[in-house]
Formats: sequence, structure tokens, C-alpha cells
Amino acid sequence: MRPKLRFLEDDLIEKIVAEAIQILCTLGVEIQNEAVLSILSDHGAKVDTGGNKAVLTAGIIQQAVKAAPDSFKLFSVGGVKTHDFKDHNVYFTPGSAALHILDYPSKRIRKPTTEDYIHYAQLVNQLERIASQSTALIPADVHEQISDSYRLFLSLLYGDKPVVTGTFTMESFQVMKDMQLAIRGSEQALKEKPLCIFSCCPTSPLKWSDVTSQNVVDCARFSIPIEFISMPLSGFIAPVTLTGTLIQHTAETLSGVVISQLVNPGTPVLYGGSPAIFDVRYETTPMGAIETMMIDCSYNEIGKHLGIPTQAYISLSDAKQLDAQAGLESGIGAALAALSGVNNVSGPGMLDFESCHSLEKLVIDNEICGKVARLLEGIEPKEDFPALPLFQEMLEEQHLLISKHTRRYLREEHFFPGPVIDRANRPRWEEEGGLTLEERGHAEVERHLREYELPERPVELKRELIRLMESEARRYGQEQLPKRLG
Amino acid sequence: MNILESISTALRKGDDEEVAALTQQAVDEGTAPQEILDDGLIHGMNVIGEQFSRHEIFLPDVLLAAKAMYAGMDILKPQLIKDKIPSRGRIVIGTVRGDLHDIGKNLVGIMLKGAGFEVIDLGKDVPAEVFIDRAVSEGASIIGMSALLTTTAPVMQDVTSLLKEKNLDEEIKTIIGGAPVTEKFAQEIGADAYAFDAAKAVECVKNMVQKG
Repeated sequence: MRPKLRFLEDDLIEKIVAEAIQILCTLGVEIQNEAVLSILSDHGAKVDTGGNKAVLTAGIIQQAVKAAPDSFKLFSVGGVKTHDFKDHNVYFTPGSAALHILDYPSKRIRKPTTEDYIHYAQLVNQLERIASQSTALIPADVHEQISDSYRLFLSLLYGDKPVVTGTFTMESFQVMKDMQLAIRGSEQALKEKPLCIFSCCPTSPLKWSDVTSQNVVDCARFSIPIEFISMPLSGFIAPVTLTGTLIQHTAETLSGVVISQLVNPGTPVLYGGSPAIFDVRYETTPMGAIETMMIDCSYNEIGKHLGIPTQAYISLSDAKQLDAQAGLESGIGAALAALSGVNNVSGPGMLDFESCHSLEKLVIDNEICGKVARLLEGIEPKEDFPALPLFQEMLEEQHLLISKHTRRYLREEHFFPGPVIDRANRPRWEEEGGLTLEERGHAEVERHLREYELPERPVELKRELIRLMESEARRYGQEQLPKRLG
Repeated sequence: MNILESISTALRKGDDEEVAALTQQAVDEGTAPQEILDDGLIHGMNVIGEQFSRHEIFLPDVLLAAKAMYAGMDILKPQLIKDKIPSRGRIVIGTVRGDLHDIGKNLVGIMLKGAGFEVIDLGKDVPAEVFIDRAVSEGASIIGMSALLTTTAPVMQDVTSLLKEKNLDEEIKTIIGGAPVTEKFAQEIGADAYAFDAAKAVECVKNMVQKG
């Protein structure tokens, strides 16, 4: 039996959804984009263009929820199916868009460079439990107007896994879409084999900016999957109660579902988010807070109730270094998310309120993902009944180390983590160098980077991706892109 | 692949029947027993040992290989005796008096046998005198002692002291292991080696035998 976790009773979910719909149909949602307001108005929403406000109707919302697919798949750059977002399938994605990287030698944060991003992309390509790339770092050595598209460019060049990404401006969408089209060959082929998910974020409370609402429209037009990232902060710009925060998250996410499905019914979407409680002592938004994780797992239940696959920023930490806090917050989050069946779990590698990425943490979190995958397999009897013969064998042989039963089931029943996880006795650990977790993590990063091989790509495709990126850079006066490895 | 390589490969796969058949074939074909032992069986076990220490394979794989080694040794032993080829070394092992925990000691025994050593397992709750008497009567050059309890670990010192008393400490070396003992403790009681797990015990015994 696969273990599952639930926080909300069905009737509570229904009450939360009903309240959220009432808010959208009474107070409405602010949208700073006239084209989007016009689309809503065309479908029966009451729009006040002066106040940029759209008051929705229950009908539009229900129709949009119905139109949103209950599942969708992702495919690698090479065209191989990697994700099937449905039911309780769980996939891990690195946390995204960090402003900083935790520099291993100095233990200090710094702005990431092209070289850092390439190392990150190479590492993700190697990590077995990380199913997709995210555009996890914002390289600071390119013009800021291309810092979004440049991340995707590097990911598509150096990695094979699908990419969770997003735009920082309206203008970037074009080149980011064109890169995907270059890979797939046509709009239809891209629709059939989605390659990227775009994160689109409403602003709490109950707002969509010009850029983000336009992103939703642009993605929907090309059937590019969207993950809605609503970010209510309990006690600050959302009710302090977790239920109240869930009502707000539901309203904000439903408003995104409405925009996407009105533009193009059937656009694949993830019912996602990055809510948090607000820590009134430090004025921070702790992603590692247990209540934050409870909100994540609960809105995931609401998404499932509505028949939409889900996403959450969970399995990350607010710690500044790779310490016990980093491990415990990431580990608890990953386990709770997986038990709840969050389909796209975003977080591995991330520290410091989603602002700092660590390659060492990513390889450590890869092991957390492995443990969690085992957890989800649950406990299934395997030739365990009747028990008598095996116990007779054990008493006769004094052990079961080489029993057929052991050999048949050892690797299925026991998960064997990589060298990052220390399971040696103390003298052996000392003999093998007495390495700390961070040192073991770094050794693994180095090993993976040594073993990385550039995915095979047609030369013309590579050339086209470079041409697209260089031309985008030139638009902003950057004549040359930074030098790239191999 | 020549027959010795085939023996080594079959051993690494843990295929005891194949190892026995190939060893028999090698004997029948007139291959020197020493060669079969060194370049077939022990070669295979050395590879297994290295893979295990690199965590590429797991304990059951080592034990299966060891079982295959025994199967080959059963065929080879009469030939080795006939050719008066000495074994790789003879070692007496046991859990010390007062201690009934023998899982670790058993594992060490299996691994040592798998590495080509002759192992005389005295079982558990073994008094100091018995370790020494049996080592002398069996012509063993090493005594291996195990303990799991802090209360029984000091019994190991009885053995090392007694060996000294009897002037046997040059002839018979000691190796200790078990949860409560450490390298430091081994030095304090005058034991010659300390192993923190079964794989390490094999490594230590190999070194001790080489040093003579």
C-alpha cells in the first residue's frame, strides 16, 4: 500500500473552494493588463478598467476548472517522456531562480556566473532522482534583460531533462518560446511533447501584474504548461490562519486557471504555489516552517480535489549553510510533499528563502529524494507468507545474508544511498578521511562533473539555439555572450 | 579466457557449482594446484575484496563468492596437501569468555575462509586458555578475538598476557574486534591488531601473515 497523507477533510476543501469563489465573484481580482481584462470581460466577468479589477462569475470559474486537464506529460530535450503529472506521481525539481550561489571554497554567497550555471545544468543531468531542470540560478554576467532567457538557453544546451522556467519580462517570452520550437520543430510538435513549464506568479493579495498575466496568456496560446505560483503570507498579506491562507491561495490560483483556460481551453497547468507563513520576529517568509509545508500539502489536496495536477515549493530550507537545519527542513518537506502526492516538488538545492542555490546541497537532496521514493513504495509482502520456511533456514544457517530470499529482494526492499550519506562505523569513517557532509557532497559534485557527457544534439540545432540567444543579447546591446565550457 | 580466468570470473559471480567444476577441470588438465589457488580462486577473491571496499558490491556478494571459494577449495585441498603446499595461514577465532554474541565473529570467519585462510572457529564464551591451547595444537599463527560487551572486552587481555607469560607472543599474533574495543584498547592490552569490521579483519590478517 502506498502511504498517503491528508490534512483536509473533503467538506473542508469544499468550504474553502466555495469561499474562494465567493471572493473572486464579490471582491474580484486586480489585473494590470488590459488585454487580459478584455478577455475576461468577453466571457462575462464584470470588469472595471479604471481600477483594473475583474469580478468573476462562478460559471467562468467552474468552466475553467473543468477545461484544465487532469494530467499532462513532459518530455526531455531528446523527446523521451520523463513526467506524467497525474494522480499521486511525484517528481523532484531543483528550486528555481536563486540570486546567489553558495560558493563551496569560501562558504560565502556570491552572484552566479555562466560557469556556475553550466556546472549546475551538468550536475542535474547526472542526478538520478532529480527529474527535471529548473532555471535555478540567475547568471549575473549577462545583461539583466536576458538573464531569464539565457538560463533556459544554457539548460537546453547542457542538459537533457525538461525545464521548469519563467520569464522576468514580457519580451523574453518570444525567444524562450522560439528555443523550444527550435528543439521540437513546430508548434504542434511542442504541444504534443511539452518541454518546459513556465512559472506564473500572481501577487498577493489577489493581483496579477501586467507581465505575469501576459505570461499566462502567452503560454496558453502555445499550450506551454504553466505552474501557478501564488504566494500568500500568513499573518501579513493573508489571514494568519492556515485555513484563511488556503482560501486566499485558492482564489489566486483559480484566477490564473481562469485566464489560462479562457485563452486556450485545455492548456496544461499545475496547481502550484509558494505560500509561507510570515515570521513576525524576523520579517521573513520561512519556507522551512512546518506551517508553510502544511499549507503546501493542503492546497495540493485542493488541487487534486479540483482535478488539476499540483506543484509546491517545498523540500528546501532557510538555512544559510549546509547544516542540520538545511537537512531537516528539506527532508521533512520532501517527505510530507511526497506522502501528500504533490506532483512537481520544487526545492532541492535551495537555501535561504529561495535565494541561494548550492550544488553540494543538490547532491545531498538527491539522496533525500531517493529515500522518499523508497518511502512511497511502502510495505508490500514479498514471499513473506508462510514465514516458517525462511525462519527455519535462518536458524539452520545462522544468518540470511546469502539466502535466495535476501538476494531476490535486497535491492528492492532496501534503498542504498550514495556516498553522501554516511553509514560507515566510526573507525571506517575516520579511515576514509572523516569527511563532513559538506565535504562528501562536494566530492560527489566533482565526481558528477567529471563523469558528465554533453548530450548529443544535431549541430544545426545547437547552432540555431546559439543564434537565437546571440540575437536576443544584441537587442540589449550585448554583442558577445560569456565564454562557455566545452 | 583461460581456465584460471574462468575460475576467477565464476567465483566473482558467486557460482559455487561452476567454480567446483572448473577447478576439477583445471586439476584434471594438470594445472599446478598452486596456480589454481593463486591465479584462480584467490585472484577472484581479491577482486571481490576490492569491489567491496569501494562499495561497488555488497556483503551478500562477498559471502557468495566466499562460498564459491570453499567449493573450489574442497576440490583443491587434497592436491595442495599432496604437493605439501601450505595454506595461506591458519587462524583461531572465537568470542571471549562471558560473551555470547557471535554474529560479528562468524562474519569474520566466513570472510577469512573466503580469502583462503584456514579458520578454526572456537565458537562463543571461549576461555583464554582454550584460545591458546587450540592455537598451539592446531599450529595457528593468529588468534582472533571478538567481544560485544564492555564487561567481556577485558578478557582479551587475559589472552595477550597469557601468551606473553608462555613466551608465545612472538609466534602467535592476536587480532581483536567488536563494538566496545578500539585501536587504543588494542595497544593497551598488547594485541597486535584491531579491525573495525570483517573486511578490515581480512586486510589485517593478510598483512600479519605477510610480515610473518
